[in-house]
Amino acid sequence: MPDPASPDAALLEVRGVHRAFGEVVALDDVSLDIRRNEFFALLGPSGCGKTTLLRIIAGFEAPDAGTVTLEGRDLLGVPPHRRPVNLMFQSYALFPHLTVRQNVAFGLERERLGKDEIAARVDEVLTTVGLSAQHKRRPSALSGGQRQRVALARAIVKRPQLLLLDEPLSALDKKVRAEMQLELKRLQHEVGITFVVVTHDQTEAMALADRIALLDHGRLQQVADPVTVYQRPARRFVASFIGETNLLPADDGTTLSVRPEHVRLRPPGSGRLPGSVLEVQFLGSTSTVAVQTPGRQVPVLATTTGASDLVRGQEVSIDWADENAVRLVD
Amino acid sequence: MSDRHSLGARLVLVGTLLFLYLPIAVLVALSFNSSRQPFTWGGFSTRWYTSLLANEDVLLGLRNTLVVAVGATLLSTVLGTLLAVGLARRRRSAALAGLALTPAVLPDILLAIGLLSFYALIQFSLGLQSILLAHVVFGTAFVTAVVRARLSSLDPSTEEAARDLGATPFQAFRLVTLPALTPGIVAGALLAFTLSLDEFVIAFFTAGPGQATLPIVIYSSVRFGVTPEINALAALLLLVSFTAVLVAQRTARITDAVEPAPAREDA
Repeated sequence: MPDPASPDAALLEVRGVHRAFGEVVALDDVSLDIRRNEFFALLGPSGCGKTTLLRIIAGFEAPDAGTVTLEGRDLLGVPPHRRPVNLMFQSYALFPHLTVRQNVAFGLERERLGKDEIAARVDEVLTTVGLSAQHKRRPSALSGGQRQRVALARAIVKRPQLLLLDEPLSALDKKVRAEMQLELKRLQHEVGITFVVVTHDQTEAMALADRIALLDHGRLQQVADPVTVYQRPARRFVASFIGETNLLPADDGTTLSVRPEHVRLRPPGSGRLPGSVLEVQFLGSTSTVAVQTPGRQVPVLATTTGASDLVRGQEVSIDWADENAVRLVD
Repeated sequence: MSDRHSLGARLVLVGTLLFLYLPIAVLVALSFNSSRQPFTWGGFSTRWYTSLLANEDVLLGLRNTLVVAVGATLLSTVLGTLLAVGLARRRRSAALAGLALTPAVLPDILLAIGLLSFYALIQFSLGLQSILLAHVVFGTAFVTAVVRARLSSLDPSTEEAARDLGATPFQAFRLVTLPALTPGIVAGALLAFTLSLDEFVIAFFTAGPGQATLPIVIYSSVRFGVTPEINALAALLLLVSFTAVLVAQRTARITDAVEPAPAREDA
C-alpha cells in the first residue's frame, strides 16, 4: 500500500466504473487515480461521460458496476451530503433567496459550527475570491464572473478533500474566462485542495491541468500530463482532439500522427510523400501550408516559421523525423 | 398612455374599464346610501354596515364561509404544493399532470353533482366539512398549477447544491426549494382562498341544512330584491379580495429574483 502522505499517493481511486442509461453507455470500465493536490481535468466532447463520472464522485449518480474510494475508503455508500467532496455546478446553482454571505455560510451551518467560526471562515474566503464588498448582495445583482466566484467560495469554504468543477468557465464570456483561468490556478495553489475540472475545451484543460484524462464514448482514452498528451497521444481520438495533427499511413498499415510543426516541406523527390501546395495562410509569426497528396482527401498541414515562400500549385515533398511521428492505436 | 395611441383605442380602453368597474363602483357607493330605495340617493350613511353586524343570518354565513375558506386553503396549499413537487421530481407523467389540473377546468355544476353523489354513496354527512372538502378538490388543482409554474422556472441544480453542501434531503427541500417556491405557494393559496370565498354552486349542493355559506345567504336574500345591506356586505367582500390580490402581487415582487440557468453542454 502506498504511503498516503506522499504527494504522489492516489487520493481518489476509480476502478472499473460502468454506467449505462438504457441503451446508451455513459461510462465503460473506467479506472483512474486522482492524486493529492493535483489539478486534474476530465476532457472530452459533449456526451462522452465526463459529467456522469463527476456526478458519480459527487454522489448524484450511482455506477452500475465498479468502485470509487477516497483515501482507501469506499465513497459510493456515502450519501452526497456526507461526502468530503464538493461540486461547483455548471449553472453555479446559487440560492437566489440568500445573500452572497448566506450562500457561502450555508455549507458551514450544516456542519453545526459556531457562529464566530462560520463568520471568520466566510470572511476569509470572501477575501480570497475578492467579494468582500458584495457580501450583502443577492445573486441576481451580481455579474457572471462574480456569481462564479460565489459558487467557488461556497464550495472551498467547506475545505473539501476534493473539489469538483463542472465546466466552471463555460458560462463566462471570453475575456472574463481568461482572467478566471489564472484565478482558478492561483486559488488551487493557495487553498491546497485537489481540483477535478470537467471541460470540453481542450485549451482550457491544457492551460489548467497538471494531468488530463481524455474520455470518448464512455471509454478512457489516455491519462497523462498536457505535454505527453500533445506530444505522445496514445490513440487516434487523442491525437485529433488535442490540437491539430496529420494522420498519415505507416508502411506496416498502422497510422502515424505528425503535428503540423513537425512536417518538413522539401524539394520534390527528397521526402517521404509527394504533394502539391493547396493553400498558404500567413498568420504573422507562423504560416500554415496545406499540401494535397495523391489518394488522400484531407490535405497535410505544415507550420513554418514566419512567411513561407511557397506558392499555390508548387510541387513539394513531405518529410518528418521518425522521433516526431507517433504510432496510434485506434 | 403615450400620444401614439389613437383616440379610438383610448375610447375602447375607457369603455372596457367602465364596463368592468362601474357596477362595482355603483355598488360601493350605494352601500353608503342612507335611503332604503336602491336607486335614489338619500345622503351618506354607514347605517347598513351597522345593521349588517346585527343580521345573524349574515354573521353565521360569514363565519361558515371563513371556516370553509381558511380550512380549504390550508389543506389545498399543502396538498397542491406536495403534488406539484411530486409531479416534477418523482414521476413525470403527462396523464397524472392532466388529472391534477382537471378539477380546475371542470364545470362547477359537474363537480357539484359528482361530489354530492359521492358523499351519498359513502354516506358522508353533509355540513361545513363536506363543503370544505369539496373546495379542497378544486383549490388543490389551482395551487398545483401555480406552484408547478414556479417550479419549472427554478434551477434544478440548487437542491443538489444544497445536498452537496451538507444538507439532508429534507433540509435541502426546506431551506432551498421551499423558500424559492414561496411566491408561487402564496399566490396559489390566495387564489384558493378567494375562489372558495365566493363559490356558490358547489357549496349550494354540498351544504348541510342550516349551514349556509355567505354566497348562499346572499342568494337567498336577493331573491326578494337587493337590499342596501347586501351592498354593504359586497363592499366588504371586495375589500377582502383586493387585499388578497395586493398581498399576492407584493410577495411575487419581493422574491422574484430567480436566476436563469444556462443550458447544459453535456449529458
